[in-house]
Amino acid sequence: MNVGERRRGVESPVIDVRGLRMRYGTVDVLDGVEFSAQRGEVLVLLGPNGAGKTTTVEILEGFRTRSAGEVSVLGVDPAHGDECWRARVGVVLQSWRDHGRWRVCDLLHDLGRYYTPYSTPGRRRPLGVEELIETVGLGRQATQRISSLSGGQRRRLDVAIGIVGRPEMLFLDEPTAGFDPEARRDFHDVVHRLSDLEDTTILLTTHDLDEAEKLADRILILAGGRIVADGSADRLARQVAGKAEVRWSRGGEHYVHSADDATRFVRELFAQYGTEIGDLEVRRASLEDTYMAMVHRYERPADLMGAGR
Amino acid sequence: MSVYAARLGLSRGWREFRQSLTSAQDLFWYVFLAGAFLVVLLFQRDSTVKGTSISLALSVLPGILGLMVALGGLQGAASALAVEREDGTLLRAKAVPNGIIGYLTGRIVSVSLGSLLSLVIVLVPGLFLLPGLAGTGLTGWLTFLWVVVLGLLATLPYGAIIGSLARSPQTVLGLVMLPVMGVTAISGIFYPSYALPGWVQGVAQVFPIYWLGLGMRSAFLPDSAVTAEIGDSWHRAATFGVLGIWALVGLGIAPLVLGRMARKESGSTMNARRRRALQRLT
Repeated sequence: MNVGERRRGVESPVIDVRGLRMRYGTVDVLDGVEFSAQRGEVLVLLGPNGAGKTTTVEILEGFRTRSAGEVSVLGVDPAHGDECWRARVGVVLQSWRDHGRWRVCDLLHDLGRYYTPYSTPGRRRPLGVEELIETVGLGRQATQRISSLSGGQRRRLDVAIGIVGRPEMLFLDEPTAGFDPEARRDFHDVVHRLSDLEDTTILLTTHDLDEAEKLADRILILAGGRIVADGSADRLARQVAGKAEVRWSRGGEHYVHSADDATRFVRELFAQYGTEIGDLEVRRASLEDTYMAMVHRYERPADLMGAGR
Repeated sequence: MSVYAARLGLSRGWREFRQSLTSAQDLFWYVFLAGAFLVVLLFQRDSTVKGTSISLALSVLPGILGLMVALGGLQGAASALAVEREDGTLLRAKAVPNGIIGYLTGRIVSVSLGSLLSLVIVLVPGLFLLPGLAGTGLTGWLTFLWVVVLGLLATLPYGAIIGSLARSPQTVLGLVMLPVMGVTAISGIFYPSYALPGWVQGVAQVFPIYWLGLGMRSAFLPDSAVTAEIGDSWHRAATFGVLGIWALVGLGIAPLVLGRMARKESGSTMNARRRRALQRLT
């Protein structure tokens, strides 16, 4: 898209994290986190509460100083990121009641102007206010005071502010907490659009596994201070649970069976009972099963060793 | 880039000042403050300072103006910073390139304009109520101006420092008001300093409030009133010097403290503060 911005070469990752450690007091919250992200990728970071997702994101945002390890975002160590680096990074914050007296369009205009000096021919900055408002679906609230927005509308505004500078790298920490289903779908559209059209690399955290599956090119599961799983939802499912669940009914009774090879099992089932079989359902391991298995496995380290991830 | 961001800060400050003019809460504060001082002046209008023809009200008004500058700078900056650290305004500024520069410039502008407005609200009725005030010459108004500007510079940075060290907006009020009230009591704002013991006068002269009051009196009172001052002099050079030193030291330290505070801001520290605030509310 833009030669100048690709001068580092397509191979060099947008995010590169090696041996990241974070210690609070005597507790290592992060203990050797490693992952990377390529340009335009959407990464979803999952993990139980307290696993260090927010800490990880804040270190990458340059808002928190790590204890050890190597971190690079857009080729720069976030701990030493200058304002030029800051202009290329977008952060979606959870607002509360800041700028309550401002009108939506005024705030977007004001914050957008800080990016003007960092505009390049290939990446015009900032995004126009109208376009931005349209993108996040705040058209009818454009001239409203921010204090009069509903919770969901405020979160849309948060997203708009996060992308006003047309970031090459966007961080979102639990962006859809409190969204209604429609807002959630709109938000998913925004994420897809950013990664497809703008080539924005996106890292987001969520507790919604369905959302993770919809958005993620790659899912990372953080547990026990490490990334315990890294791959597409599909790949993770295959990795963890080889078994699929088969449900059927016969003679008015319902059956459930967990099979290693579901296809073969079903074939044999039909061979044996033929037309007696009804209500057939084959369910592969869902992301939820995978997630639970991964997190559970971490809780019993002996099993983790055996699994040889 | 930082000059550009400071320019954006100017327009931000102007906008926030205008927004405060449409806020019932802010307007109430301006009117309340001005009203309280005006009532004091009205009661003192008919008595005169012993041995002179200067009305008591006229002799007290400049001190009140000086105190208002100090309060505006300290309280204005401190509460704004404490509140906006808690509500995430500052974190937003931090997430934007050079945003902190723009934010601080904006705050300096809006707090200064707010202080100026409160001065005008007291001064304008004062001009009608106190004939002596209307006779102020050009020199007097010029003195008033530099005392206001220097006074804001000498107090605003400290307000910002207090605001960035305070744990919550609630603690700010105490952190600012207690020392200000203490210092005001000995600074000859409501009654002349010469009545106080020498060492107390000395302590008062360390702080900007005494000099703000003195500077304002030198601007608005006739020269005959100088006999009520320590050493029978307006001490203009010393006023300039002491306020200047406070300003320089404050402007030197504030960016370091603010920078340290801003570096520590993150989504999770802000969320923790939000949780505390919501607990206070419920």
